[in-house]
Amino acid sequence: MNVEVRPTKTPAEQALSASYAAARDRLPGQGAVAALREDAFRRFDARGLPHRRVEEWKYTDLRALMRDSYPLATPPDAAAKLRAKNAGTVLGGLDCRRLVFVDGTFAPELSDLVPEPGLAIGSMADALAKGDPLVATHVGKTIATEDIGVALNTALMGDGAVIRISAGAEPKRPIHLVFAAGSDTPSSAFIRSLIVVEKGAKVTIIESHDSGESQVNTALELVAADETQIDYCKITQGRALHVSSLLASVGARAKFNSFAFTSDAQLVRNQNFIRFAGEGTKAAIRGASLLRGSEHVDTTLLIEHAAAHCESREQFKTVLDGQSHGVFQGKIVVQPHAQKTDAKMMTRALLLSDEAEADNKPELEIFADDVVCGHGATAGALDPGLKFYLMSRGIHAKEAEALLIQAFIGETIEEIAHAGIRDALMIAALKWLGARG
Amino acid sequence: MAFLEVKNLHVEVEGKKILNGLTLAVEKGQVAAIMGPNGSGKSTLAYVLAGKDNYNVTAGDILLDGASILTMAPDERAAKGVFLAFQYPVEVPGVATMTFLRTALNAQRKTRGEPELSTPDFIKLVRDTAGHLGVSQEMLRRAVNVGFSGGEKKRNEILQMAILQPRLAVLDETDSGLDIDALKVVADGVNRLRSPDRSMIVITHYQRLLEFIVPDVVHVLAKGRVVKSGGKELALELEAKGYAQYADEAA
Repeated sequence: MNVEVRPTKTPAEQALSASYAAARDRLPGQGAVAALREDAFRRFDARGLPHRRVEEWKYTDLRALMRDSYPLATPPDAAAKLRAKNAGTVLGGLDCRRLVFVDGTFAPELSDLVPEPGLAIGSMADALAKGDPLVATHVGKTIATEDIGVALNTALMGDGAVIRISAGAEPKRPIHLVFAAGSDTPSSAFIRSLIVVEKGAKVTIIESHDSGESQVNTALELVAADETQIDYCKITQGRALHVSSLLASVGARAKFNSFAFTSDAQLVRNQNFIRFAGEGTKAAIRGASLLRGSEHVDTTLLIEHAAAHCESREQFKTVLDGQSHGVFQGKIVVQPHAQKTDAKMMTRALLLSDEAEADNKPELEIFADDVVCGHGATAGALDPGLKFYLMSRGIHAKEAEALLIQAFIGETIEEIAHAGIRDALMIAALKWLGARG
Repeated sequence: MAFLEVKNLHVEVEGKKILNGLTLAVEKGQVAAIMGPNGSGKSTLAYVLAGKDNYNVTAGDILLDGASILTMAPDERAAKGVFLAFQYPVEVPGVATMTFLRTALNAQRKTRGEPELSTPDFIKLVRDTAGHLGVSQEMLRRAVNVGFSGGEKKRNEILQMAILQPRLAVLDETDSGLDIDALKVVADGVNRLRSPDRSMIVITHYQRLLEFIVPDVVHVLAKGRVVKSGGKELALELEAKGYAQYADEAA
């Protein structure tokens, strides 16, 4: 093999290479898929895990943070499925089409597969193995990126969802991809999903992760055709080392809304590569993260305005307690022909502890001359003037703080269009606040 | 014994001495005006009564109904019946006015060992009170003071006072930034709350407010202490002669 030799490899890097070598021949997919894997693996092998000198990973030094790589997850047994059965409860009684994945493997018997016109659901492992044309067309092609997190996912992708929503279709209920932990031994899962939304279709997609002591690398390729309306929500919780990549390409005159909610999650890297490929699209990319203890949550956006007359709003809020570390990196690229782009990015961090750390890095790269773009970033403690005002009305200190934190985080959650999701996330935020004591 | 007794109060803010042996008594049911030039310590007195952080009491005491409140947090003082109408009411984004009022009222009731008010009773109370003050339902739904005009903010302060029914209300320059019509609405709201069980301290720089809220007594503050006390005619005298004469007396 023609591989660049690096002086030292960490145990995690060695273990990942060993996992790939051992699994290469039984991972799903032949021919073009195997070539895609091999190409991605070589990229990883040449560069290793991203570290602090890689600008995009500056604040999340994966090489230092990842001490080891766990063995690839095996398909869940009955006990694992039983443990995973009730995952995704953060959404409470919300009426969704639940598609359950245990340790990254699709569990049809735990999923709601009632047929619905215009909606096709399958497993990524099956689709890769069978050479499914939809997967052949899109997987690895939605967004061009050299990112090593994505490369590792491509090299080792096991299972995930493959969903196609036909032109003009509007599935009645939100589709909820439930990623649950089943195994009681630490493992690593490489989950790859593909969602293709055809012209004029409308869908609400929820992705929830609640993982145990595992390592999860998940990637979702989302291909949104012209005039689609997509509401996407990702909820991340659990003790896992979680690396997630959204790779989305959005067509013309579409409405694209995404929301990332993260709470009680140990180590998360949520990276979003979103490309506006058609004119006249409106997008809102938002999120709220609640951190405490030694948690680390990194939100990284790479938003590419590649077509004219698109509007995007990026708004992220982070609450940090304890010794937690929050990272926001947001880059908006406006291509030369993307005139009349209207992009505004705002990130705010609320620090509840002197030991918490928030890093905000907004960036604009504008190559067009007729655009409106802006960004802002703030980081600060609770306003003592506000707290005094509330307390002077008889509200106890803790309650005053909770009310102010709730107001801070509520401002983004309230923007979620789906009332059920909005309420569920507000309740999750209140639960987090309640545990603050 | 007076309802509020401020005894020889010395207060420092960020190392700077602001109140310098202030002594003041406010009787139950009395409306006391505090007047004085800029920098005389009027707002400091208001904040120190409400219990704001970083207002360091170096000597003296504040007794409410005979008991010291110096070591109490602002919320405990509020539950004891202290209310401060802010000169500059704070905007609280994301917290609806209705939620705020309800949280405050129930927190005070809880501290006092009283049951929470039921939702219908609470809504009725707010609706009746808001009507008098020209506070619209739309304002009640909005976040506290966010996007409110100066007059709306002051009306919202008086609304809170009417809902919370304090035993000691401190109005810190409630007239500042108000035109005459807005001033009348606010003064009317305050007058409606005058009661034999409620003491008020009306802090103002100008005599104008006292035409609408007629005080029982007027105290003049200069350099951090009360330098003269008298009836409501003292306010008129100050209006005519200005504060210059007191600059020397306090020195």
